[in-house]
Amino acid sequence: MVSERQVNPYQPHEAVILERIQEAPRLFTLRLKLTEQMLQDAYEFEPGQFNMLYLYGVGEIPISIVSDPVDSHIIDHTIRVVGRVTRGMAELEAGDRIGLRGPYGRGWPMSESRQKDVVIVTGGLGCAPAVSVINYIEQRREQYGRLNIVQGVKHSADFIWKDRYDKWRELPDTRVLLAADVGEPLWPWHVGPVTSLFDQLEFDPDNVVVMMCGPEGMMRVVCHHMLDNRVPASQLFLSMERNMQCAIGHCGHCQYGDKFICKDGPVLRYDRVRELFESKGF
Amino acid sequence: MKPSHYFFQTDQLAQLLGELQDRGYICIGPQVRDGAIVYDELHSIKQLPRGVNDAQAPGRYSLKTGVSLKFFDWANGAQAIKPLLFSAREKLWQSRQSADGKLSFETPEPRSKPIAIIAARACDIAAMKIQDQHFLQQTFVDPYYQVRRKNLLIIAVNCARPADTCFCHSSGDGPFVDDGADIVLTELESGFLIEAQSTQGEELLAGLSLQDCTEQQLEEQASIKAGASKQKKQLPKYDIRLRLRHELNNDFWHEIAAKCLSCGNWTSVCPTCFCHSENDVPELDGKSSGHYREWDSCFTQGHSYIHGITIRSETSQRYRQWLTHKFSSWHEQYGRSGCVGCGRCISWCPVGIDVTEMLANFEGRRGV
Repeated sequence: MVSERQVNPYQPHEAVILERIQEAPRLFTLRLKLTEQMLQDAYEFEPGQFNMLYLYGVGEIPISIVSDPVDSHIIDHTIRVVGRVTRGMAELEAGDRIGLRGPYGRGWPMSESRQKDVVIVTGGLGCAPAVSVINYIEQRREQYGRLNIVQGVKHSADFIWKDRYDKWRELPDTRVLLAADVGEPLWPWHVGPVTSLFDQLEFDPDNVVVMMCGPEGMMRVVCHHMLDNRVPASQLFLSMERNMQCAIGHCGHCQYGDKFICKDGPVLRYDRVRELFESKGF
Repeated sequence: MKPSHYFFQTDQLAQLLGELQDRGYICIGPQVRDGAIVYDELHSIKQLPRGVNDAQAPGRYSLKTGVSLKFFDWANGAQAIKPLLFSAREKLWQSRQSADGKLSFETPEPRSKPIAIIAARACDIAAMKIQDQHFLQQTFVDPYYQVRRKNLLIIAVNCARPADTCFCHSSGDGPFVDDGADIVLTELESGFLIEAQSTQGEELLAGLSLQDCTEQQLEEQASIKAGASKQKKQLPKYDIRLRLRHELNNDFWHEIAAKCLSCGNWTSVCPTCFCHSENDVPELDGKSSGHYREWDSCFTQGHSYIHGITIRSETSQRYRQWLTHKFSSWHEQYGRSGCVGCGRCISWCPVGIDVTEMLANFEGRRGV
């Protein structure tokens, strides 16, 4: 029997904002640290996992972790202003406090992907959950095969983190491909859907892992393209989003068939959710 | 061998209630309120719905006074065990912000007084076992559910008179309670058979003056069980779990949606539905904020809302979510169907949608 008094898995912990970075007009990054040193020291996460962030008096939201898993003394979250919580959080400054609990969920298949080519396709802000993957591979570059980083945005003005992409472009055996559906006059990269860049990818279909994050329509197109190019369905990984309130598999909102996205995901293997992923409204 | 069943006279019910009260239990039992059977605090056996029968049909629930003088001659009401363990609304934690902006979090200590529920039914005990799996047997344990569950004593009563909406026999969950209770009663024409299903139940029986039961009484019990197993409704015989997985894009979902009001009654009365939302409510002192959870329903728009998008904006999609979860993906999650055959979703649906008919429809469509 478990003792009467035990940890309340629903309760956040205090975190302090060390720095706030405005990435784009409605996009900002909070660099956080748990104020209880013991908790911060014990904090570990895997690329692709997320935290629940709490704004005092307003509520909680699930946000993926973009910082480097190796760097354990800072936790970064890049947040788009969409609803009540994110609007409020956008107003915060360095020194302000929020609540944090996590990490939750299952991230990207980093160990299964060793020695394989990696294709990372992201759309919109979908890039955020993949940043930690790229950092992870960068730190262990020799353990992975060819790295392809593909990012698509609706409008070239939405493109962020140019510096990071420039840096990644310099990594050995790495291709960075960028596309905007609508490009401004000085946009130096491709104009059109991300998939139109796919003939420039370099990978062995028998030895590749494809990691996707972004709008589901985009991920579907990528999956179909990869399947057409003989990539097995078991090598396609999706980072999924659904309403999440508890993040511990209790509240039921994120259910996707038999999966709870908060604990079985957010990264799911395409072949395990294919029927639902190809239908609308799940 | 020790006999498992004993005879217990009708007038000893008061003795049982007294024994429970003496042991410090708050007794929760069935009683009539606003035209329905509800479970609430029971101070005296006079509150029990003696002589009351229920009549249930799609979209219908009513009570009438029958001819018998039995206490438990009805099937169920809208709720039973679920709200006692998984509270409809409760505070999970609260936060406080000090003048210098620091945040602190507090958890109200999970507490519960010992509760004895009287006249729990087989369907509700089956549903409770599923909720136990959900809240207690996964990676994270819900401390609030846990403390209440540990403090719950279950005095079950086998069903003798299922409603026309019941189908627990075909779901495999009733009408009799095989395990999971502490004590089980069967109401005979005169008196009760009583049986303990747990150590706690045995201890309790030891404090009552019981008589050995007769062969005749056991036969009467068997015939009650046989009678109560004959139910008007049943689940279709095809493999529902597999079939629904192949019907995700069937036009039939739109036909159901044309009738469904998406009101959420089903999920409120369903004893296995566990969805809940979490909300912050600023406290009146202006210095703290309470974080509450309350029952939620997959029939609402908000349930699937995500950064500006409602994933299930159509009623057909919400109905499909509920039905495919309850009868199909539930198997992968909890090793069985999420339906225990209580029939509440049929009775309490304002437009009388009958889940057994809905499922049977899939069978007819393709002739499985």
